[in-house]
This record gives sequence, structure tokens and C-alpha cells, in this order.
Amino acid sequence: MNNTLFLSGLEVVRIETKSNFINIGERTNVAGSIQFKRAIQEKDFVKAIAIAREQVESGSVILDINMDDALIDGLEAMRTFLNLLAAEPDISRVPLMIDSSKWEIIEAGLQCAQGKCIVNSLSLKDGEELFLERAKLTRKYGAAVVVMAFDEEGQADTFERRKNICERAYRILTEQAQFPAHNIIFDPNIFPIGTGLEEHKRYAIDFFAATAWIKANLPLAKVSGGVSNVSFSFRGNNVVREAMHASFLYHGIQAGMDMGIVNTAQLAVYDEVDKNLMLKVEDVIFKRTENATEALLEIAQQFNTQKNKIETTAAWRSESLKKRLSHALVHGITEHIENDVKEALLHYPTPLSIIEGPLMDGMNIVGDYFGSGKMFLPQVVKSARVMKAAVAVLEPQILAEKERNPTQAQTKKKIVLATVKGDVHDIGKNIVSIVLACNGYEIVDLGVMVPNEKIIETAIRENADAIGLSGLITPSLEIMCDLAEDLSRRKLNFPVLIGGATTSRVHTAVKIEPRTRVPVIHVNDASKVVPAVRSLFSKDENEVFLQNIKTEYARVRENYETHQRDKRRVSLKTARSNAFQTTSAHFPFQPKQLGVHKIQFSVKELEPYIDWTPFFQAWQLAGKFPAILTDEVVGEQATLLFKDVQEILNAWKEENRSTEGIFGLFPARRKNSDDIEVYSKSYSPCAEDVTFLTLRQQTEKAQGIPNLALADFISENQQDYIGCFAVTTGFWAEEIAKKFQAEQDDYHAILSKALADRLAEASAELLHEKVRKDFWGYAADEVLTNDELISEKYAGIRPAPGYPACPDHEEKRTIWKLLNVENEIGISLTESLAMYPASSVSGYFIGHPESKYFGIGKIELDQVEDYALRRGVSFDEAKKILSPLLF
Amino acid sequence: MGIQQDITKNILLLDGAMGTQIQLLNLQEDDYRGEIFKNHPTSLKGNNDLLCLTRPHFIERIHLNYLEAGANIIETNTFNAQRVSLEDYGLSHLAYELNVAAAKVAIRARNTFQQENPNALPTYVAGAIGPTSKTCSLSPDVERPEFRAVNYNELKSAYREQVEGLLDGGVDALLVETIFDTLNAKAAFHAILDVLEERTLTAITKENPNGDIAIMASGTITDLAGRTLSGQTAAAFAVSLEHVPLFSIGFNCALGAEQLLPQVLALKAFTNTYLSAYPNAGLPNAMGGYDESADTFRNKIEPFLIQPELRIIGGCCGTSPDHIKALHELIHVSANHE
Repeated sequence: MNNTLFLSGLEVVRIETKSNFINIGERTNVAGSIQFKRAIQEKDFVKAIAIAREQVESGSVILDINMDDALIDGLEAMRTFLNLLAAEPDISRVPLMIDSSKWEIIEAGLQCAQGKCIVNSLSLKDGEELFLERAKLTRKYGAAVVVMAFDEEGQADTFERRKNICERAYRILTEQAQFPAHNIIFDPNIFPIGTGLEEHKRYAIDFFAATAWIKANLPLAKVSGGVSNVSFSFRGNNVVREAMHASFLYHGIQAGMDMGIVNTAQLAVYDEVDKNLMLKVEDVIFKRTENATEALLEIAQQFNTQKNKIETTAAWRSESLKKRLSHALVHGITEHIENDVKEALLHYPTPLSIIEGPLMDGMNIVGDYFGSGKMFLPQVVKSARVMKAAVAVLEPQILAEKERNPTQAQTKKKIVLATVKGDVHDIGKNIVSIVLACNGYEIVDLGVMVPNEKIIETAIRENADAIGLSGLITPSLEIMCDLAEDLSRRKLNFPVLIGGATTSRVHTAVKIEPRTRVPVIHVNDASKVVPAVRSLFSKDENEVFLQNIKTEYARVRENYETHQRDKRRVSLKTARSNAFQTTSAHFPFQPKQLGVHKIQFSVKELEPYIDWTPFFQAWQLAGKFPAILTDEVVGEQATLLFKDVQEILNAWKEENRSTEGIFGLFPARRKNSDDIEVYSKSYSPCAEDVTFLTLRQQTEKAQGIPNLALADFISENQQDYIGCFAVTTGFWAEEIAKKFQAEQDDYHAILSKALADRLAEASAELLHEKVRKDFWGYAADEVLTNDELISEKYAGIRPAPGYPACPDHEEKRTIWKLLNVENEIGISLTESLAMYPASSVSGYFIGHPESKYFGIGKIELDQVEDYALRRGVSFDEAKKILSPLLF
Repeated sequence: MGIQQDITKNILLLDGAMGTQIQLLNLQEDDYRGEIFKNHPTSLKGNNDLLCLTRPHFIERIHLNYLEAGANIIETNTFNAQRVSLEDYGLSHLAYELNVAAAKVAIRARNTFQQENPNALPTYVAGAIGPTSKTCSLSPDVERPEFRAVNYNELKSAYREQVEGLLDGGVDALLVETIFDTLNAKAAFHAILDVLEERTLTAITKENPNGDIAIMASGTITDLAGRTLSGQTAAAFAVSLEHVPLFSIGFNCALGAEQLLPQVLALKAFTNTYLSAYPNAGLPNAMGGYDESADTFRNKIEPFLIQPELRIIGGCCGTSPDHIKALHELIHVSANHE
């Protein structure tokens, strides 16, 4: 045990002398991944964490974390990132290598990691004294250490220098710092080779020799290195780089290398590299021929072009019919599908056999690629479009066939899909519908705002195998519970799939499942729906699958309960006494134009205000715009998608399309802690006055952190003001999407809807700016870029009812009353208070300079009681309205 | 002679709960305030660590009860006596003084016991160092997972003050206990190593039996899946403290003997040092109290004593001098069998 190097995150990693090679993930290093560097620079920690997770999932045993970059505050970035990692148990299970050339950053990192880390690195660069001091400190932090072969003279670049420096460091560490030898890891410097310079040619050979020497002469010490360096001069040619890494690692490990910093998601297998390429690579690594580099460069050209070869259209057209059909489906090409399907009619016995044969085979490939992350959602939707076009050709023949042979058995599994009563959002549901259809399921799509009764009747009539429910707003959750309960009461055993932005696994487990005997399965993501449905319908897996879900949900419920129990909440009274107190001397600013105003924005003027990132999210492409267009993984698809949406946007600009909105600015005053009284006409009360009811956070807060309610940002004593608004892209956008749908073109239908959503948001953004600068005028001098607008760098907020800061949808009724929204611009509210048309946004304008967005979180029954009185409804009614906020 | 020699001969018996014993005294606000804090602005009832200043004789009596029950190591009444926890009462300035006083109270009890029982085995005072009321690896605010209510350096200096107080008061050992966040513990051990280095003291270990101070670590497994509150496995916990020259490592609190002991034994493969265990008197009942009797407690621990690495046992929440007495008899009986 004394000789084993143990490391830990949440779990232990054991590195013995004869362990397998340890992969250290390099992509959480700003020098190892452009994506990661960008994420850190933009403080997009969600992305940064995703990169870390991907490294762990692809087999990194240790994560190397480095924030050394001129444009990054390394100390802060290291702390924030490690603190965030601590909240991700699936990532923080692995040990961390804290990597920096600055000791302060290393120390900051060590102070945020509970596990046994590796410090990367110390060296004799700044002399023995500093080296010794830091080694002792490293020990007090309980970390192992990487020692770079670097001394007062510089980096070691020959075998002799590597050997001498490592030996000297080893002596100091073991004899003067009492550093256990098995906790010492040497990095004898991997330098680029194939640079054309004579003195670089022995770099790899000397590294191997130094490694072997260290392992033979410095007992228990380990050897590591940054592998990607070796191929630095072949940047841009990944085939050659991966071959070099494969070879270097292979020989490094032979020499005794224990671990290495690598891109674990991109490792070539030594034996699978092209033999000729490997020969040339190793000529360079081992300096076997004088002009090895030139020879490799030559062959590198060839591999470079091979990888990037452009497919000519003609090539696939000359393939067999079956392959052509499959190619068209996989690549989403509609151009030849009609002719190819007609040709197929000559070769296949029945139209149905074409669908079930070559077409389904093609769609299965699409399904598999999507499932394994080789295809992305926009591509799948395009494939579905091809499939629909093919089926359209065959439809008349199939109907004729049916008449001749009416008893033909139904073979496909059937799923009834609907967006529930009161809800109008269907982008997600349509995507799920397409993905399921691609995978051979028959979908009966009932559209939006479908009453539960109709969903159940359809399921019975169609003899469906499952029901899929979707919803975006919180009242839809309650409706889903009702439906599941209803099925159970009527002893109708349809499994129910639950999806949509507002749903969650926790909600399904805690609120829906206990109320029904039918299986309920939460599938939020189009990529998860196929595996779920496949297991559900599989005779062999069904039982285990449902049992697993039951067990999982029971566990989720239990966790939720313990978590909520542990999460202390305070009484409404206490929360109110800890309300936000304005710190600055804030004097409310009187709006320049009080009262109600109507506005119109042209698509053209809205364009610069569009936040594109959520548009890509709707297509399940993760990443920030515009970086997403050049993203290593999804960049290509994102660019294509962006090109297609630009076409629609341009068309709408040319057609002079516009959005509409209405807003008002009113005198207002906070009353009774959480209410905002709004004076519609003047400063004195009148019949048209309304009161906005806000909710207050009840989670127990740390000292000095207030329990917020939106009302806190409105003054109680001074004359203050509030605004509210509603904007919509308009009915025309709905019509356009419907038209595409009628033409079987789901791809463009979804594109239009997603774009219409963006325009509604852009309208709110532009309106907010005009309010700040002109109508209200408290920020007349504000100058912000679009990015700054998106990241809300302005004073004041525009929270929307139904969202975290004000989760009560009822407030929309108040806004509607105050602004007469429906009569003035036509947006109506459904019974669940969703806005129709769906591409609409409503909210308040709050001008307080310290106002900010927050989430209400869970609340207690005392607030429900209080709310019932304020809203003038029964306690039960209030409980229903606020049910998503209740534990 | 010293603790290292003792442990090779006998299983060392740690005392039982302090809090539960104080509860039995049914002390009132005035007891906690004494003369010293008569005018303190906030309520002090429940701040047990203050009693070493305001009602030292009560604490001394509890120590004596445990020594008479057979405990070889008693813990000072200092679980929350560092500035991070004391801040909740507005008493952070008293951190050092409280530790000195608590160490002295325990030592007085020990001296009295040894005078009255000259033939008893040697007894030791361990300075109890708790986890503090804040955690360095977790955010108290779900909306800001990157936020921390306390940082490593703040913890380290708070612990340093406590360690200096305990050492100046004369303790024989330092027991960092109920570790639910290993990072907090690392800050504590960092402080201990700094102070030892400055005072040129050395830690007592198997390799250094004649050292000055025994450093002991005891974590807390908060769930049956075998993880600490901050998410580490038992093994990862031990590996994270591998750099500390420990006299013993183990777990206490949160679980009863039958759940806790297997977690302690799981450390075997990850440490060379002695193992310790001081479980609660069972799992809490519906009212949050503990009702496992001394006999049941002893019977549950008994099967684990054949493990040679397990050398320190005792009791945590809900245990009393009766429980310790039962363990004493158990060790005594099993020693006779050898």
C-alpha cells in the first residue's frame, strides 16, 4: 500500500506500478481546447461543465484543469469552476490535476477541492528555495505533484538535462521535503517534432530514454506528459496528429509512461492507423531517415484531403436503388425521391413493402445515428421530410391496396400525442412526433389545446399503445395529473409519456405517478424518447423497464422529500421581515409618457435584437450563438440551420412583416409587503385600478441575503412606477407554419415557429429598450450592444408571469384587464392562461436600479392562505393555482 | 510509555456523548450565562461549549463519569468552539479562551481520577475539533452553486486558533471529528500541521511512537450508501487525508454500530493507521432521540472486535457512561479470552 499512488475525487483512483495507462482529460485546459477557453472567457460555465462531463464520460480518469490565459482572471475562474464541479457528482468523482504556471492559482484550486489532487506543476525554474517551500505546502494540501524537467537554466531538452534535473528534484523532494516518492510524477517535457529544425529531431527519442531512466533509477516515481504537444506542427491535420499521438503513447508506455494528458474523446487505436502513415510517423518519431519530416509532410497532404473530400452528387446517384433511398433519407435529400420511389414500385411486390423495406431500413439508420449522437435534430427532421414525401407518392396505391385487402393487420405500434388543454406550444411535441415516426411508430397527433376527454377517446378508438402529453406552462402539469388519474379510475391501461419544458422527472415522480396505476414515464428530450418507447413496447424488456422506472421514481420521491425537508423554509412573516431593502438612495423616476401605448415593429428593425441561442436550443443544438456556428461538434449543422432560417427571415423582411405590442406605464405603490397597487388613470384611486400580487421566497437565506418578492422593487413610501406589456409576432406567423405543415414540410414549419418565437422575444427586448430610453426615460443615455442586451446588462427588469420570479400565471389576467390586450392586439388567454398566438410575450417593466431576476422556489402553506385572501379565492383554489410551488 | 504503547496492548476506549449528558442536567439560560455573560444580548441556552467557562464543575463531573466507566480517552467539550460556529452567538472573540478552559477542565477531571485510581490504565485528553457550522465544499444557496459561505483560509485560521487553545490547555491528542466535508477537515489538519511545525512538535504514529501529539480523524457517513455529506466514499475520505500523520482514522455519528462499523472496516485497504469507531446509540427514533440500551449497543459492537485493525471504540450521540461501561466490560472479557 505504501507504494501505491492513490488519488481521489468523490471516489478513489489507484495507480500502481503496473497499472494501465492513465488518461488525463486535456479539454478542461484553456490551452487544450478552444471551446473550453471560449466558454471560460464568456463565463459560460454551463458549457465548461458540459466539456468536463464529456471528458469523464469518454474515459478520462483524471481531469487536467488549467485557466492560464491572458484574457482570463485565472484565480477567479479556477475557484468558480472547481466550486461548480463540486456540485456535479458524476464529474467530481474523478480526481483533479490542478494545472497552472502560477502558484497562486494552484493554491486557489487546492483550496476548493476536497479530494487528493495532483499539482501540475512545480519545477526548479525559480530555484531550490521556492521549489522546496511549495513542495512542503503541496504536501500540507495533501496533493501529489508533477515536477517539470525545468531548472534555473531553462527547460530540459536533451536526455542528459532531463535526467539531471529530475534526479536533483527527486533528491530534494524525498530528502528535504519528506515527500513520499510514490506521490512524485515527472513530466520530462514532450516537445513538438517534425518542425524541420535539426535540434528538434531527437525530442521524442530523448523523452522515451528519460522516461525509462526515471523509472529505473528514481524508485516509485511516475512519468506523465502533455501528449498533444508532440504533433503541434501538424495542426489542422487531425488524421496525422492522431496517428502521431497513437504512436507516441504506444512507445511512451513501453518506456514506462504511467499517465498522459490527452484528448480522451479523440484517441486513435495504434493498430488501426493506416500502416503506411504509421511508418512515416515513426520515421519522424525515431529519426529513422534524414528526410523523415519531408516524407511525412507529403503523405500528410494526402490524408488531409482524404478526410475533407467533397462528395459529388453524381456518385450516390449511380448506386443501387436501395442505397439511393437510404442515402436520400440519411442526407435529407428530397430532390430525387419521387422518381426513386416510382422506380421501386416496379421492383417491390406492394407499396407497403417499400415502406416497410428500404424506406424503414433507411429511417432505422437515421434513428441509430441520432441515438448515438452522429446525427443532430435538424438532420432528422429533414430525413422525416424525405420520408413523408416518399410516403405521399405511395399513399394512393396503399389506399387502393387496402380496399382490395381490408383485413391487413396493423403492425406498427401507435401513440396518441397531444399538447394538453389550455396550452398552445407544440415545437417540442412536433419534434418528438417526427422522431417517433422516423423510428417506425404510428403517430396520431391531436395538435394543441386538446381536452383530456378527447385524448382518452382517441386512444380508445385508435387502439393506441401509449399516450404522449406535452406542455410548456405550469398549469398544464395539473392537467397531466388529472389525465393520468382519469385513466386509472376508468381502468384504461395506456402508458403515458410526459414531456415539455415545464415537466420534469421530479414532477412526474412526485406529483403524477402516485395518483395513477398506469405507467407514467418522463421523457423530456427527443433523443430519449425512442429508447424509452422501444423498451416500453418490447415484450422482453417491458416489465424490467417499468419496474426500473417505478424504483427510480420511488427514489426520486424519497430524495425530493428528504431534500425538501432538509431545505429549511421560513414563515411568510419572517420572510417578509427579511425583504429586500434598497441600499442606495433610490428616487423613483417619473416616466416621461405615462399611460397606455400601442407599437409595431418591422421584422427588419427587430433583426439585430434577436437572441439566436435559444433558437438552436429548440433544435437541441447546444452552444452559444455565434460560437455555435464554428463549434467542433454541432457547428456544421448549426450553420446549415442558420442559413435556412435566414432565408425565412429574409422572406419576412421582404414581405414587410411586423409584430405588434401594447404597453403601459403607471404610478404604483407597494402595499402590504407583497402587493403592487397600480393607478390606471391618475395618482388617485379609480375603478380601473388593479393590484399586482407578487409572491415571496420562503427558503431560509444566509445572513444578509433577502427573501425577495418583486414588490420589493417598488417603493412603499415614495411615488413609484411600474410598467407592463404584451407583444406578439402575430397570427400571420401561425398561418405560415400551418401552410408548411399542410405541405408535409415539418422542417420549415418548425423553423417558422421557432423564428416567430424569437421575433416575439426580440420585440420585448426592443420595446424594453425604448421604454428605458424614451417612454420611461430613466436610461436615456444607455448604449449597449446586442450581446450586452441579451446578458441583461441594463438597469431594470422585465419579469414575465409564469416564470421563476413571478410564477403565478393569474397575473396575466390583471395585465390583460389593465391594457385591454385582447381587444387591442388580439392575443387571447386560454383557460390555462397560455397566450395565443403562441409566439407572444407579456410581462412587467420594473425600473429599480437594483432589481434583478430570481426564482421564488418552493413556498409554504401560510403564503397560500395569505394569497387566497389577497386573490379573493378559496384556499383550495389557491392551492391549485400555486401547486407547482408547493412541496 | 504513551498512547502508542497502550494501543498495542489494549483496545482504547473513547468516551460517550457530551451533549446527551448535558441535556440530562436540564440547564437553564442562567446556567449558560453564568456571571460572565449575564448581559449578553442574545440567548445562549444550548451553547454547550460555554459551560466550560460558566459551569465548569458540571462538565468536569461528566468527564469523571466517563473515566469511571472505563474510558481511556476523554474528549474536551469544544465541538463548536471555533470562531466560525461561535459567530452565530456573537462570541467569536472567545474561541481561544474557551479551548484553553475546556482542556483544563478535562485535565482536572483526568488528574482527579488518576489520583483516586492509581492502578487504572493511563488516560488521555483529546481536544475535540468539530466540523464548524459552515461547509467549504457545498453551497448553501441552490441558486448559486459556485457560492461558498466560508472559504479554506477562513476555516484554517479559525481552526488554528482552536488548536493553539487546546495545545496551550495541555491536551494529549487532537481529534478532528464528525467530518462531513473533507475540505473542512483538510483545512483543520493544515492548521494542525502548521502549528506543530512552528512549535517543533511531532505527531505520534506507529513509526514515531515517542512523538508529542496524537492526531486523530473521524468522518461521518451520512447515508447508507456509504458517502459523506460532501459526496465522498469512505475510501476517498481516507485517501484525501493520506498526507496527515494520523494516529487513527475512522467514523463517528449519524449511524448505529451495525451500519457504521462496516464502513470503518472498509478503510483497511486505504490506510496503515489504527481504525476508530464511535457510533450513535442506534438510529434516531421518531422524536430525534436515541434509545438503544447499553446492552444492545455492546452486543452490536462485539462481533466487530475480532478485527485486529479496530483499536479505538466509543460512543457518539445518545450514548452514556452506561454504554461506555458496557464496552469496557466487553473489552475486558474479550481480553481475558485471549
